[in-house]
Amino acid sequence: MIVLEKRPQPSQAWSLATPVLAVLATMLFGGLLFAVLGKNPVEAIRTIFWDPLFGEFAFYYRPQLLVKGAPLVLIAIGLSLGFKAGIWNIGAEGQYIMGALCGAGIGLAFYPLDAVYVFPLMVLGGAFGGWAWAMIPAILKVRFGTNEILVSLMLVYVAEQLLASMSLGLLKNPEGFGFPGSRNLNEYASATSWISQDIGMHWGVVAAFIAVIFAYVLLNRHMLGFHIRLTGDAPRAARFAGVRPARLILFCLGTSGLLAGLAGLFEVAGPAGQVSIDFNVGYGFTAIIVAFLGRLHPVGILLAAGLMALTYIGGEIAQSQLGLPAAAIQVFQGMLLFFLLALDVLTNYRIRMRMREVA
Amino acid sequence: MDLSSINPVLLVASLMVAATPILLAAIGELVVEKSGVLNLGVEGMMITGAISGFAIAVETGSPFLGFLAAALGGAVLSLLFAVLTQLALANQVASGLALTLFGLGLSALMGQRYVGIKPPPTPDLDIPILSDIPVIGPILFGHDPVLYLGIAIVALVWVMLKFTRAGLILRAVGESHDAAHALGYKVVRIRILAILFGGACAGLGGAYISLVRVPQWTEGMTAGVGWIALALVVFASWKPWRVLLGAYLFGGITVLQLNLQAAGVAIPVEYLAMSPYIVTILVLVILSRDKSNAPASLGRIFHASR
Repeated sequence: MIVLEKRPQPSQAWSLATPVLAVLATMLFGGLLFAVLGKNPVEAIRTIFWDPLFGEFAFYYRPQLLVKGAPLVLIAIGLSLGFKAGIWNIGAEGQYIMGALCGAGIGLAFYPLDAVYVFPLMVLGGAFGGWAWAMIPAILKVRFGTNEILVSLMLVYVAEQLLASMSLGLLKNPEGFGFPGSRNLNEYASATSWISQDIGMHWGVVAAFIAVIFAYVLLNRHMLGFHIRLTGDAPRAARFAGVRPARLILFCLGTSGLLAGLAGLFEVAGPAGQVSIDFNVGYGFTAIIVAFLGRLHPVGILLAAGLMALTYIGGEIAQSQLGLPAAAIQVFQGMLLFFLLALDVLTNYRIRMRMREVA
Repeated sequence: MDLSSINPVLLVASLMVAATPILLAAIGELVVEKSGVLNLGVEGMMITGAISGFAIAVETGSPFLGFLAAALGGAVLSLLFAVLTQLALANQVASGLALTLFGLGLSALMGQRYVGIKPPPTPDLDIPILSDIPVIGPILFGHDPVLYLGIAIVALVWVMLKFTRAGLILRAVGESHDAAHALGYKVVRIRILAILFGGACAGLGGAYISLVRVPQWTEGMTAGVGWIALALVVFASWKPWRVLLGAYLFGGITVLQLNLQAAGVAIPVEYLAMSPYIVTILVLVILSRDKSNAPASLGRIFHASR
């Protein structure tokens, strides 16, 4: 009979090995899935994981890696802080939308003024929008003990409706011939987040790297980071150590909202260009997978976001070249999280064979 | 604006239809949570049920086979969650989220060929005399069988939890899995069964949306109903009849806002469409104070050390 024996301490080696194993298992089963869909599995996997990096048109796809990876890193870094402490912000998608709306709103209000302070103000607006939206579940949780998972998620749907309302109403391009969607911020030099479009550099990429360093320092060198880790590992001990849960909730949700809002702002002012009904593409949810795949560790998240960005880009190539349905990539990403969670048992437990004893 | 165009009898009748998906999903989740497991994958199981039910109903022409397939589809997906959380001892919150993300993708993949198709209609119960009674007839006797099944499941769950030995064991497992284990109950097995039941109910609820309520297939059509169902279990403080009450309340809000949209109220459509979600948050705020009814082992991992 197979029994699980709890390790005295989580295994370091397995903790590093499981994400790699999970990726390999996902490739294997993803290949099977593609085969069921009638595609050549080897070709599909190669198109997704190899072609964007080393294929014939890699020069075009490589910059995309930064563009798709940056929002994932920003959001996942924020989420990981809360996840470590057992504070579950599931509504990053909503905070991302609100950040984009607030930031773009400021930019559009200044149009067509040409000034250096327009973009910094937009950044502040984006951060504020995401932060404020995340403060709703935070304050409700602190004040009334409301479940932050449900509230933050409900707010995603509210934000989506707000987005629709804004792109059809208040923020609609007055010269857009009645089409929904705002002015294109890429055509407004003071408001664009692009640094160089050719290499995929925009301010969001810079912010993502800063966020990684910030999170690393916070978690390893700062008391607050220690409190976050302590609360996650041993909530009772944390209380005895004088950690104030309310402060932690406000900080974790606030920071993750702020970063998600920033991600939204950089996206709307750069790669997306405009506020439109289908502006959000699910980065807020994919970032949850990224956070787990990166083991809630800043550097891990950086790598995981790169991998997820790769599946996005590779998925698009596979869509156009092999006719692989867009949803297949979503299944692929979900599968990855499954394998990761399942294999994680090896980090915390030892598998032992034992004869069944008589009770 | 013309509020007189809203017919109260039709409003109540359609309220019951709107409430049924939430009701089915929530009563299933109630049983799961009573066994001490928090499955956040309701949305994923619902949407999987919605497409499996829709596909089978279209292929076979029988909506009832469709509902059967939906229950099966939801249960199969929940089995993944059961394996993750009960056998691999994974974190329940993360696993539930994974289930939702996976279910949304899987359903979109399965549903590609079914966009824009009409499913076979689910016949209403037409009881000769009863259904013709004005007012009461259309409200009480003019619905499809699945709606009544939903109410019957609520009643059965209530009886099971309150009066039977099986219900007692289920509650014991949810309150203290260590004590239940010491008494010799198979904690993991009981929880897996509860999770499967929850999955089947969520699947039925999803199929009710795609086969009766809408009825057609669009990607992501459950639009948060699964999450509302989760909130509803908290709202009902884990009591079956209060799930029914809550579901009708939410159904009422949904239908009313749709009616107001149709009646051309001066509030923009988007703000009306937000209302069910905002009401859910408000209800959570009002009722979250009292958590004394929550199963004591909810969300905790059970590992029998010996």
